[in-house]
Amino acid sequence: MLHIVNKSPFQTSTLQSCLDHALAGDAILLIEDGVYAAIRGSAVAAAVTEAKGKVTFHALGPDIAARGIAPEKLIDGVTSVDYGGFVDLVAEHQTNQAWL
Amino acid sequence: MADVRRFLYINRKAPYGTIYALESLEVVLIGAAFEQDVSLAFLDDGVFQLAKGQDTSGIGMKGFSAIYRALGDYGVTKLYVETDSLATRGLTLDDLQAITFEDENDGYTEKPSIIPVNKAEMAKVMAEQDVVLSF
Repeated sequence: MLHIVNKSPFQTSTLQSCLDHALAGDAILLIEDGVYAAIRGSAVAAAVTEAKGKVTFHALGPDIAARGIAPEKLIDGVTSVDYGGFVDLVAEHQTNQAWL
Repeated sequence: MADVRRFLYINRKAPYGTIYALESLEVVLIGAAFEQDVSLAFLDDGVFQLAKGQDTSGIGMKGFSAIYRALGDYGVTKLYVETDSLATRGLTLDDLQAITFEDENDGYTEKPSIIPVNKAEMAKVMAEQDVVLSF
């Protein structure tokens, strides 16, 4: 399962709900305001770091750049993907779920 | 001048994900023409609006972060930024772009427009206003 999160984790509980329902081996892709979850040292960074043990984290590069998040501000292990990488993730997983 | 009222524009949303941030900027610029005492407040996800290095070329949206640097030319010189909100989001003041204005009452000296405040100070800023507009 590929989970896609597009909401700021500081504005809604969307990311937390996703993390609570994601299973081992799943992938989580952060897009739009969801990429704010990838900032190192934030109030949700610990939850993201903890979840990295069971799921893989990806964040859409163009959305990261648009928001002025420098690459060195990203939590270790969160991989930046471009639009082609987004398509690859969708293709690699049987199903995907958008946490709107 | 008679009838100068204190206006506060409260910004609590991140840029680009929703239209609130850009709409707020547009209203601020329109309101600036009326020569009121204008302040802007940035708290919660609103602090993301001032992040430096925003490059929207990859998402097909118009970037508007440079407009904040022009606010001083419109007499909008007080940008209150809540430091608690920055810390929650893994940011410091160094992650924000520099925004300045030329003080016409002080030989056009360039001064910072961003005023860092904590939660209690922000509450006081809010309480001092005549008109509050929320975005």
